[in-house]
Amino acid sequence: MLGGSNVASAGGTEASDATSPHRVVIDAKELDLVFDTADGRVHALANVDLTVREGEFVSFIGPSGCGKTTLLRVIADLEQATGGSITVGGVSPADARAARLYGYVFQAAALLPWRNVLDNVTLPLEIFGVSKEERLERAARNLDLVNLTGFEKKFPWQLSGGMQQRASIARALAYDPQLLLMDEPFGALDEIVRDKLNVQLLKLWAETAKTVIFVTHSIPEAVFLSTKIVVMSPRPGRIIDVIECDLPRDRTLEIRESSRFLEIAHRVREGLRAGHSYDD
Amino acid sequence: MTTEPAAPSFFARAVGRALGGSLLPVAMVIVALLALWYGAAVLLNAPFARSMAADPAALGLSELIDATLSQERPVLPAPHQVLWELKKSVFDLPVTSKRSLVLHGWVTLSSTLVGFGLGALLGLLLAIGIVHVKSLEKSLMFWIVSSQTVPILAVAPIVIVVLGAIGVTGLVPKAIISAYLCFFPVTIGMVKGLTSPDRLHVDLMRTWDATPAQTFWRLRAPASVPFLFTSLEVAIAASLVGAIVGELPTGAQAGLGARLLAGSYYGQTIQIWAALFAAAALAASMVGLVGLIERLVLAAMGGRR
Repeated sequence: MLGGSNVASAGGTEASDATSPHRVVIDAKELDLVFDTADGRVHALANVDLTVREGEFVSFIGPSGCGKTTLLRVIADLEQATGGSITVGGVSPADARAARLYGYVFQAAALLPWRNVLDNVTLPLEIFGVSKEERLERAARNLDLVNLTGFEKKFPWQLSGGMQQRASIARALAYDPQLLLMDEPFGALDEIVRDKLNVQLLKLWAETAKTVIFVTHSIPEAVFLSTKIVVMSPRPGRIIDVIECDLPRDRTLEIRESSRFLEIAHRVREGLRAGHSYDD
Repeated sequence: MTTEPAAPSFFARAVGRALGGSLLPVAMVIVALLALWYGAAVLLNAPFARSMAADPAALGLSELIDATLSQERPVLPAPHQVLWELKKSVFDLPVTSKRSLVLHGWVTLSSTLVGFGLGALLGLLLAIGIVHVKSLEKSLMFWIVSSQTVPILAVAPIVIVVLGAIGVTGLVPKAIISAYLCFFPVTIGMVKGLTSPDRLHVDLMRTWDATPAQTFWRLRAPASVPFLFTSLEVAIAASLVGAIVGELPTGAQAGLGARLLAGSYYGQTIQIWAALFAAAALAASMVGLVGLIERLVLAAMGGRR
C-alpha cells in the first residue's frame, strides 16, 4: 500500500518532477515497538511499513496513543524500535542523528529561556562547532525565512507563542538538515495563528525543498499541508491508511473549501473512524 | 445607593496602597517585637532590681522599670543597651582593640568566606558527580545525608584538636567546619538544579548529538543557576554558623564565637547579645549580597522566567 509516492503536483514548480525517481529518505519495514511500563506492556507500534521520499510533506494523523509521535521519535532515534527495520537517509536512525540529517520541532517551542532568539537559533551551530561568522549568517537567513528579522535580541518570554514556535523552526533549519521532523508544532496555538503558520510553513517548504514529516491531530491541517497523509490508529499503534494528497502544491487557505480538499478530508475521517480510534 | 458603601472601601484601598508596600508590615513587626522585648526585660530583671533596692516595698513602678533597664549584667538586656554596646564596640573602639566587634567580626568573616568557598566548591563537585554517574548517587547520597545528622557541636572540637595536633591552627580548621556545614545545601540544590531541564530540552540536545559536556555547559549549568543561588543563600548562612561553632572550642581567642563564649564565662549578657546581633547582621548582609548577585545574574540571563 505504500511505496509509490508519485505526487501529482499540477502547480508544482520545483522538486516536483513527478516522473523522476525521488530518493527514499525514510524506509521502515515491519517496525515494532513495545514499551515495558509499570502498567504492563504497551504496544506502541505494530507492523509499521512506511516509505517517505525526498521532497514529500508527510503527515501522521490519529488520536492520542496511536503511536504517531513514537514513530517520529523512532525516526529521530529518540526511541529505538524493538522489531523490524528502518533507515533514515539510507543509514540507521542513530547514524542519521549523528550526521545531523534532521531537525526536530517539538510541540512546545522549547527555546532556552536564558538565550535570546539569535542565540537560540545559533545553539545547534555552536554545538556543531560552526564558526561565529557563519553562525550569524545562517541565523540571519533562517530568521528571515520565518519572518523574525528584528527580534534577534528578544528573549523567549517577550515573544508570542506563534513567534516562539517560528524561532524554534528557524533553529531546526539553521544547520540545513534535509529532513524536518515536526511533532504537533502548532498544536498549542490558536486557530488563527495556526492557519497563518500553516501558510508560512508551506511557503518555507517550497523555498527550502525539505522533506517534512508532520505529526498532527487536525484533519484540515493534515490535508492542507501534506502530499501524503498517514492515518494511524491506537492499540496497537499502526498505520491503517495512506492517502495521497494531490492538491496543487501552491495552496492558499481558500483551497479548504474546494471539493477535492473536502473529499480527501472525508477519506481521512473515514480512515480514522475505521480504526475505531475514538471508541474508548 | 451603591456608591455609599463603595466610597470607604475605595478610601481604605487608597490608604492601603499608600502604606501598603512592605514598609508598614515590617515596621509593625519591629514595634511589636521591641514592645515584647522591653516587657520581657522588665519582668526578667525585676527580681534582681528588687533584691538590690534598699526597701523593695517602697520601690515605685517607674523606679523599678528604670532599674530593670539599666543593669550591668541583666538577665535580658534591654534593646537600647544592646544597641549602645554595639555602637561602642563597632564604631567607638579602635579596630585593634580586643573588644572591637569589627576585629572579631572580621576573624569570623574570613573563616566563613574561606569555608563557604570550599564548601560550595565541594557541594558543586559532588552534585556534578551525582548527576553524571548513577552509581555515585547510590554510594554517596547516604553519606552526604548522614554527615548532616552528626551534631556539628560534637564534630567541631574533634576537628580542632586533630588538626591542632598536626600543627594546623587558626583559620583553616574553622573554615573546614564551616565547609562541612555548607556543602550540603549546595549539593542537594545543585543535584536538583542540574536535573531541572525539561525532557524536551534534553531530547533537543540529543537530536543534535551533543556531547555530555556540551549538554552540561549549554543546558544543565545555565538551567541550574536559580537553584545555585538559592542553595548559596542557605549555605552562606550555614557557613557562618560553622565558623562561629568552630571558634568555641579554640579557647575563645578571637571571633564572634569567642565573644559569645567569653560573654557567657563572665556573665556579660550585653556583650553576648551584641555579638549575637553582629553575627545576625553579618549573616543578613551576606545573604543579601548573594541575593543581589543573583538578581544581577538572572537579569543578565534574560530576566523574567
